[in-house]
Amino acid sequence: MKLRNLQVWLFGLLLLAAGQAGAVLEVTVTEGVTGAIPVAVTPFTWEGDGAPAEDVGRIVGANLARSGLFEVLGRERLADSPAGPDDFLSEQWAAIGAEYLVIGRLRPDGERVLIEFHVFDVLANQRLGGFRIPVPPEMLRRGAHRVSDIVYEQITGDRGAFSARIAYVGVTGRGDERRFTLEVADSDGANPRTLFRSAEPLMSPAWSPDGRYLVYVSFENRRSEVFRHNVETGARDRLASYPGINSAPAWSPDGRRLAMSLSRDGTPNIYIMDIDTGALTQVTRSNAIDTEPAWSADGETLYFTSDRAGSPQIYEMRLPGGTARRLTFEGSSAGAAQVSPDGKSLVYVRGGDGGLRIARLDLETRQGTLLTRGPLDKSPSFAPNGSMVLYSTTERGRGILGSVSRDGRVHQRLAARTGEVREPAWSPL
Amino acid sequence: MNAMLRWGLIFVLIGLLAACAQPTRDVSEAERQAAEVAAAEAEAEAEAAERARREAEARGLGVDRDLSVDPLDDPDSLLAERLVYFDFDRDAVRSEFIPMLEAHARYLSRNPDARLRLEGHTDERGTREYNLALGERRAQSVRRIMNLNGARDTQLEVISYGEEMPVAFTQTEEAWARNRRVELVYEVRR
Repeated sequence: MKLRNLQVWLFGLLLLAAGQAGAVLEVTVTEGVTGAIPVAVTPFTWEGDGAPAEDVGRIVGANLARSGLFEVLGRERLADSPAGPDDFLSEQWAAIGAEYLVIGRLRPDGERVLIEFHVFDVLANQRLGGFRIPVPPEMLRRGAHRVSDIVYEQITGDRGAFSARIAYVGVTGRGDERRFTLEVADSDGANPRTLFRSAEPLMSPAWSPDGRYLVYVSFENRRSEVFRHNVETGARDRLASYPGINSAPAWSPDGRRLAMSLSRDGTPNIYIMDIDTGALTQVTRSNAIDTEPAWSADGETLYFTSDRAGSPQIYEMRLPGGTARRLTFEGSSAGAAQVSPDGKSLVYVRGGDGGLRIARLDLETRQGTLLTRGPLDKSPSFAPNGSMVLYSTTERGRGILGSVSRDGRVHQRLAARTGEVREPAWSPL
Repeated sequence: MNAMLRWGLIFVLIGLLAACAQPTRDVSEAERQAAEVAAAEAEAEAEAAERARREAEARGLGVDRDLSVDPLDDPDSLLAERLVYFDFDRDAVRSEFIPMLEAHARYLSRNPDARLRLEGHTDERGTREYNLALGERRAQSVRRIMNLNGARDTQLEVISYGEEMPVAFTQTEEAWARNRRVELVYEVRR
């Protein structure tokens, strides 16, 4: 296992230097894949004055390595970057063990910077593609994530998700000093930004399908209420403040409705709110706890947690309100289901002897697979390309984020430098 | 001074009674004895009132106020207990907490203006939103018992924090047991 415990990226240091606010995350790959693909990423040459604001090649390399699918060769091992795509000599790169090569340059062009790069298949001795991405100079880092997405897709055939962002809840202090923050960061933990601060708990962040809004539960009025927050403008409004609990908001795929768990009639049931009109439709009618709704990819089925059979388990229900069918039977409990972007599987929290662990359920075969080892893994969230799952876990009693590849083979940790982080939510692309 | 005044009044009253009794002239021995007993009782009552007034003065309370202590402040009272603990993933109130909840219900029943917040909490072993619901169910169990014992619905507010506000932070059975609780928080006393 070449990647195990070998590579540690301290994004935090970079960010501190840049004077960023927010809870900075440090990413560690704890366990990689035996068959990781060796890739060489040369430093992107800068054709302007001075030095570029970001080391784009390094960001791309770090992203690829973090996916767990690639072994990124150290720069000291690299041959000189070819001056252009026509100067590519495959033997040179095969000799150091690279199977793929990425080269690039940054060229100032008026108000913009052009990121030009090429991807080569070393073994096949051919160029897979050449690309140009124009970005404003202050958005070089975003550009680097976009480059990573394209390289990932060129090599694996699957869409990359490095351009997506992650939202999560940060917690610092204890007792009266306890503070809760809602944070949004790049997928690599860089550029964290605090969206909202509160002395009262924040929970359950969820993205709108267009990536413009987050909904979440805030206790700022000393009870649970659901708020909507515009990520760009910071404008926020309260969507649900019924008697009892207002919780577990989940946006429908069309972005027009919000499924929630409300106990306005005494027991928590699933409701759907039309966001424009505020009109509520009750979906479940049980005396048990019904909560944690998740929409199917086509928006026609809801998955939710219910303890109607004694212990919490995951159920599915066709909309507008058919019979609920139980989906989970393994382990002592199940909950917090999230649907994969292709709609074919769920990730969820499974309780059992090992504590709480993240598991995946194939919706066609009904086969379940454990992805993590526990003992306190919760709040799973799929990457928008379905390749990885972020979740909350603990390390020496402290709340951190973990990520695991869809097949359970690649594991990483994202820890805040101070305080705790939890409830990750991966944005749409 | 006050004491002397009060004694004076009592003597005047007894004198008046005696004067009223005059016209019958032949006051029987039995009636005379009854009057003596009444006088002695009045004396004892006056003495007790005086003692209470002195004690109240010593505590800095005005004489025209309700003189007793708020039982919520009595550390020896059942009302000093404000925490109910629960078993894992359960919302049933264990019998050991019933007398305490009955005492709070009686207090609310006697003090209709008092308001109590029932804050439900869980441990971290469970999904977060499920725990939010479980915390509410625990607080509702407590409310039911208090309703049955005379507390009015308008006096009780049920709130759940789920697992979001732990008081113990280690991942041990002991810490989890301390976090599975309903806290009784008086918003308004009598």
